[in-house]
Amino acid sequence: MGDQLIFTYVIDGNDFTRAGEASSSVKNKLKMLGVSSDVIRKTAIAMYEGEINMVIHADGGTITVTISDKDITMVLADTGPGIPDIEQAMQEGFSTAREEVRSLGFGAGMGLPNMKRYSDEMHIDTVVGQGTTITMKVNL
Amino acid sequence: MKLQTVLELPECKVLVKGDPAREISKVFCCDLLSIAMGKAPADSVWVTVMGNKNTLAVATLADVACIVLAEGIGMDEGTLEKAEEEGIAILATELPVFDIGLEIYEAGAS
Repeated sequence: MGDQLIFTYVIDGNDFTRAGEASSSVKNKLKMLGVSSDVIRKTAIAMYEGEINMVIHADGGTITVTISDKDITMVLADTGPGIPDIEQAMQEGFSTAREEVRSLGFGAGMGLPNMKRYSDEMHIDTVVGQGTTITMKVNL
Repeated sequence: MKLQTVLELPECKVLVKGDPAREISKVFCCDLLSIAMGKAPADSVWVTVMGNKNTLAVATLADVACIVLAEGIGMDEGTLEKAEEEGIAILATELPVFDIGLEIYEAGAS
């Protein structure tokens, strides 16, 4: 079975209230495919954190989700500012989010740690001033 | 405990009833969405004073069964409609977070 399903989402960087729509859409698709609720939850949380990060830090981007018979791969690509120090960014509690974002309940420095916690594999490619591509995999 | 038990609490006003037959796992109290995203248990009742659109998005993605808005906090009509679509219950109460959390706990959630 080499069949794969591929979905691409363009994330609007200006509308904070719509952040999460792409993750919701993926969640519903996985539900229809009969994927276990545990895997759906992991995928939805990991992707939502990435989606929110793109809106907060990178003025949006694109997310490509590939579903195979073995795993779900999410590639989140943006042309934002990049991450100068990945090790620091991965620490729980470290955040560079703006005050208005914090007042909405985000910016607690949990995004990247949550993405790592809920995915089975995560890889960050980032160049300061050019952008960030994060690849996450959740096993089926 | 079923969600129905929470819906019947006298201090709560039901804004969206969700799925009353859903089995509840736990009560969870938190206002930082970043924390709730990673820590809210699936099928939980989530007590918070954050009533924005993102609260609902987090609840949907984390598989929360019910949001309880404490301290008289409300939620806009559009978000309530979305909650209806997603099958997530929304309740509102004048009580503080701890008081309503304790009440739900004593009604049978752990």
